[in-house]
Amino acid sequence: MSAVRLYVWQRLTALLMVPLIIVHLIIIIYATNRGLSAADILGRTQGSIAWGLYYTLFVAAAAIHGAIGVRGVAREWLGWRETALDRLMWIFGVILLVLGLRAVFAVVVP
Amino acid sequence: MSTTAEATIDVRVWRGGEKGEYQSFAVPRRDSQTVLDVVTWIQRHADPTLAYRFACRVGVCGSCAMTVNGRPRWTCRTHVSKVIEDGRVEIGPLANLPVIRDLAADLTPFFEKWQKAEGTFVPSRTRHEPLETISPESPERQAANAAIECINCGVCYAACDTVRWSPEYFGPAALNRSWSLVNDVRDAGNLKRLAAAASNGGCHNCHSHQSCEQLCPQGLNPTASIAGLKRRTMQAYIRGEIS
Repeated sequence: MSAVRLYVWQRLTALLMVPLIIVHLIIIIYATNRGLSAADILGRTQGSIAWGLYYTLFVAAAAIHGAIGVRGVAREWLGWRETALDRLMWIFGVILLVLGLRAVFAVVVP
Repeated sequence: MSTTAEATIDVRVWRGGEKGEYQSFAVPRRDSQTVLDVVTWIQRHADPTLAYRFACRVGVCGSCAMTVNGRPRWTCRTHVSKVIEDGRVEIGPLANLPVIRDLAADLTPFFEKWQKAEGTFVPSRTRHEPLETISPESPERQAANAAIECINCGVCYAACDTVRWSPEYFGPAALNRSWSLVNDVRDAGNLKRLAAAASNGGCHNCHSHQSCEQLCPQGLNPTASIAGLKRRTMQAYIRGEIS
């Protein structure tokens, strides 16, 4: 995959994640300060289409961003060929996506 | 600064090719002495077989760059007083390049990468058309000016960490040249140039460590030029001009 394409996708997903991360951190602080139990949290997230979409978008952006980043690290530190790097990127990205979506599924689906 | 006739510098000079060792010389200390003066003294008075490269001696030609106490410098304009550490000066060939012999590095890869980066001017007019008038005050000309005074000395290339760990990376000088042409309104080769800048050896390798900017003897900022290329290649990609 071309360097500029990877660059654009990594920057765009970073841009997308900035507001998502801020909201995510606010939610964590809110939940801990209010002393919400797991049941309280699940009560708000289960069946919520909005939270489902929010975290699905977050997981997708993080999977793309992280996979491109790992590809870059492997390129510089391991000196792999482009095809091997692309393969690593896709595998790592799909793993992140599956793990993330599994977590979203667990808190959103009733 | 006054010096006595007996004052000497402990100079260690690289001898050999890729494999070799540092050889010590005691070189008389002089006022306003440059590193190139030191190297020349060794060749004329201590060992005539010492290989090194220079031409103009006044900071114009860019051929005398060497590694001095661990950092790349243009030796003709680097005073010993600026770089000496505990009375010692260690002089080696430029880093990140093959060594021909002693202090002479082979700059072939450096200039080959200028070619790969499409660092040559592509005219948009023929010789039969009138010369294009460019106002020195125009923003385009000012932008081109920012990167134009490169003397091809190779200091930035030797200073660059990314060049060291990524052999295909074009390096700061080639991309700085590319950026000055991208800003040249007379040039007609930008699409090919931006495609080269967006290729695997191109601008996206840069980590913005800014060693090039710190050590460029001309005070240029190749990191800023490379950042400019990142912006322009992104625009070209989004417009679908490059893939």
